[in-house]
Amino acid sequence: MVEKQFKVTDKAGIHARPAAMLVSVANKFVSDVNLDYGGKNVNLKSILGVMSLGIGHGETFKLNASGADEQDAINELAKTLKTEGLAE
Amino acid sequence: MSLLKGIAASSGIAIAKAYCLVEPDLSFSKKKIEDSATEVARFQSALATSKSELEAIRDVAEKELGADDAAIFNAHVLVLTDPELIGPIEEKIKTDQVNAEFALKEMSDMFITMFEQMDNAYMQERAADIRDVTKRLLSHLLGVKIVNPSMISEEVVVIAEDLTPSDTAQLNRQFVKGFTTDIGGRTSHSAIMARSLEIPAVVGTQESTKLIQDGDLVIVDGLNGEIHINPSAEVVADYKNKQQQFEQQKVEWAKLVNEKTITADGHQVELAANIGTPEDLVGVVNNGGEAVGLYRTEFLYMGKDQLPTEEEQFEAYKKVLQGMAGKPVVVRTLDIGGDKELSYLQLPEEMNPFLGFRAIRLCLEEQDIFRTQLRALLRASTFGNLKIMFPMIATLGEFRQAKAILEEEKQELLAAGTEIAEHIEVGIMVEIPSTAVQADVFAKEVDFFSIGTNDLIQYTFAADRMNERVSYLYQPYNPAILRLVKMVIDAAHKEGKWAGMCGEMAGDEIAVPLLIGLGLDEFSMSATSILPARAQIKKLKKSDMVELVNEALQMGTAEEVVQAVKERTGL
Repeated sequence: MVEKQFKVTDKAGIHARPAAMLVSVANKFVSDVNLDYGGKNVNLKSILGVMSLGIGHGETFKLNASGADEQDAINELAKTLKTEGLAE
Repeated sequence: MSLLKGIAASSGIAIAKAYCLVEPDLSFSKKKIEDSATEVARFQSALATSKSELEAIRDVAEKELGADDAAIFNAHVLVLTDPELIGPIEEKIKTDQVNAEFALKEMSDMFITMFEQMDNAYMQERAADIRDVTKRLLSHLLGVKIVNPSMISEEVVVIAEDLTPSDTAQLNRQFVKGFTTDIGGRTSHSAIMARSLEIPAVVGTQESTKLIQDGDLVIVDGLNGEIHINPSAEVVADYKNKQQQFEQQKVEWAKLVNEKTITADGHQVELAANIGTPEDLVGVVNNGGEAVGLYRTEFLYMGKDQLPTEEEQFEAYKKVLQGMAGKPVVVRTLDIGGDKELSYLQLPEEMNPFLGFRAIRLCLEEQDIFRTQLRALLRASTFGNLKIMFPMIATLGEFRQAKAILEEEKQELLAAGTEIAEHIEVGIMVEIPSTAVQADVFAKEVDFFSIGTNDLIQYTFAADRMNERVSYLYQPYNPAILRLVKMVIDAAHKEGKWAGMCGEMAGDEIAVPLLIGLGLDEFSMSATSILPARAQIKKLKKSDMVELVNEALQMGTAEEVVQAVKERTGL
């Protein structure tokens, strides 16, 4: 399992559009990808799950992936979060 | 064949088949299912159909509205593939042996409740996204047609209960020849949109959605507010004639595009246009607008999930100023709050939104928002002839405070070496009686007035203009309104300032003669009203109109005023 921590840099937090972007990226991989935030753990391939967390500006969350392409999944998600100015 | 009356909201005549934009009946009951595998397959097929539909809508929206506004449909597509939603639904069909409709409703309701209970208004609104997707899925499960304005592909007249801004944005303008709504008046959002799109429209018909069936042949007469349903061949021929005449009149009006607006006895006024977005400039130029009298900047803030940046605003203002090539552009600072909500601002709901925390009141409190807008405006000022106008000013104190903030931002930008236009006129909207009554005092400090009649009328008669039961109190021609307007114009002229009017009244053929008589300097209206107004003004004599309005000011009722205008001008 690969794990990485992020801090939200987008002022609006992880709202619908970024959530859709993350889910689309996660869907490209066969690995299970999960998001840990505030004691809750949700499937990153579920847009409702991600949105239901309502992660705001300045908050930290953890992504973890396990499966055949776990490293690639985390790398690409990290890249998306950074280039979209969502989190670092 | 039958005839329906409504309010003429946008001129022109449309003859086409009806496209009924009505909510489908999606009721169903819980059923016990023996063969759950078949039921799951039925659900999956509804999923697939919905998905391909939503993808098509997303593609159309991307083309029409741009990737940003289309992004929400991407989220909808993802909901359809969400394992946390789809998995449990299929599970429920199998273990509980229930029909797909019921399983779907149970699961989506769970998510809807969860989002609704979140303490963030933006997240609460996401419940609507799930509802939307659920509705689409249900319609396919039940085999009911779901309407979708973006997919219209033949010439139609849209029949709706009401059209929201997002409905209107989705209309395929190439094919929508006209529309009717059950509710609304001349100043409702859909009516204003219809005029800016130059689509004939009749609003406030009360029962058009009940009486008109999909596919009926419909004539929408936006000139006198009539709707003919399945008319006889004779009526159709008659209207084709009228349509032609209207087109011809438009050709006549078009000849006035580059002319000045001068009365028969040589008094010149300025005819300006109200716009909402830089895209509206095309209509202003095509219709011979001499200025932009009202740029409603709130459209930059609406339909988004965050505030527009200074840069975004700067680009929009620059575009408008450049587009008008040196002609005056009056930009109204953010007029939001109360009834016009921005979900990301999370403003509390109010008992009386029209009397509440809105417009300049909000801007003076939330100064970050206000200052960002003012900076963007100041930076754009070198690209044309900018005038800044504050909405909903009720007291001189508010105006002074707003002006001081503007001055602070100006000094800061200048100190940073930013170029700003040498002279920018700063004015106010007069839409609250307190300001009209004190216009003589205001006139010493403002550069101009623009009378906002829709609100001024509502506040003067204490009647909510959205409430149909008191709609009879929307009385632009009432002598009380004429007296207030006169106070404002006279006060401006005494100080050597100008007075304009932005609001439906400025382009109204009954009001125009009265306003000419009162000495109004600038008339700002829907772009499509400019040429007819110019044609009308060219035939009037100012001296006659002064006499007319002096009589009108002494009259008792709006009806008497209308009668006098008609007699004097032959309308």
